[in-house]
Amino acid sequence: MKLPAINFSKKPGEMNRRDFFKSGAAMATVTLAPGVTLMAFGGDANAAASSANRWGLLIDVNKCASDCTACVTACSDENGWENTGNPETDAQWIRKVDLKDNKTGYEVSLPVMCQHCDDAPCVDVCPTGASFKRTDGIVLVDKHTCIGCRYCMMACPFKARSFVHEKVTDQKSHAPRGKGTVESCTLCVHRIDVGGRPACVDACDATGHGAMVFGDLKDPESEISKMLSQYPSTALRADLGLNAGVRYQNL
Amino acid sequence: MVRLLASFLIWVALLGSCATAQTLDVPKALGDPHPEGNAFMRINHMNLMRHDRDQTMRLGNRDIKYSLKECVACHVVAGPDALPISVENERHFCRTCHEYAAVKIDCFQCHNSKPDPKVQIRLLGKVPDISELARYIEEVSE
Repeated sequence: MKLPAINFSKKPGEMNRRDFFKSGAAMATVTLAPGVTLMAFGGDANAAASSANRWGLLIDVNKCASDCTACVTACSDENGWENTGNPETDAQWIRKVDLKDNKTGYEVSLPVMCQHCDDAPCVDVCPTGASFKRTDGIVLVDKHTCIGCRYCMMACPFKARSFVHEKVTDQKSHAPRGKGTVESCTLCVHRIDVGGRPACVDACDATGHGAMVFGDLKDPESEISKMLSQYPSTALRADLGLNAGVRYQNL
Repeated sequence: MVRLLASFLIWVALLGSCATAQTLDVPKALGDPHPEGNAFMRINHMNLMRHDRDQTMRLGNRDIKYSLKECVACHVVAGPDALPISVENERHFCRTCHEYAAVKIDCFQCHNSKPDPKVQIRLLGKVPDISELARYIEEVSE
């Protein structure tokens, strides 16, 4: 059995979270035979996704211009999906939706993407476990196990998922996508894991509209949490009680 | 006697064909060799990659050792235009071996078989030795 070297220069009280998990993970690594180890720690201790966070978006509909599609373009560029002129089959990770109140004529425009539900219907219905939610609340598709049955597409109340109908080449290396699997907004998980924020939020800020706020819903000091607690907001189809990670203001 | 000679010749031919089969022309990688050794990697690369892909995708741990992204970046093969070739080309590193071993992989149905331009630049642009740099500056200043 291999035990980790203990650093005596540090008092136990000074051990930070990372050190604690590191030592824990090492302790649980049992050498069964030379070259064969048993990891009994439920994954790597350095994992970036943590249940201490829940990532979310707050979209101020009043600030979203109806003629602006910067978020959609940014998402397409970032993740390598594009319109090929076949709206029936093209992937749409994010789309602009225009709503009109027929009684008053009042119009709003808002971006709609995967709402990263807490109780995600797509995760419930997936027969293979490919549709899953990370501990930090990001809902993803494991395309290695996705069989392309599209139950999740039917279950999603937001029509947020797309099926890849045609062969894809020259994908972005951080966003693999291929024929026969379902895909949707990943909240730019590859950026979040390295401390960044989604491409759509960056693009929205760059246009000067600043309609999208990204942040940690579990951190009461984050900008998004403060705004959520100060001003009224709603989730799309709030009646379904899915506790979406994407919320809207002034809708 | 003739029969003996014939069997000897067949043996030589067989050995010869074995020898050519063993000298499979595997393209050289850009980076440092795997510390585990090539024999280990040949047998275990798929298990290492499968383990680490779940680490990244399910747990968000991007600080991993064995990613397909790094494979294709380090084992990149340049085409005649000096740009990385895709798996469509039979000289592609992964294809060279898998075709030889008759193993069909579906990684590249979703993943790009060419490296991310950023990784590519990092690997190609290794920091030169200080003395080398000094020599270059001297040459330029002359």
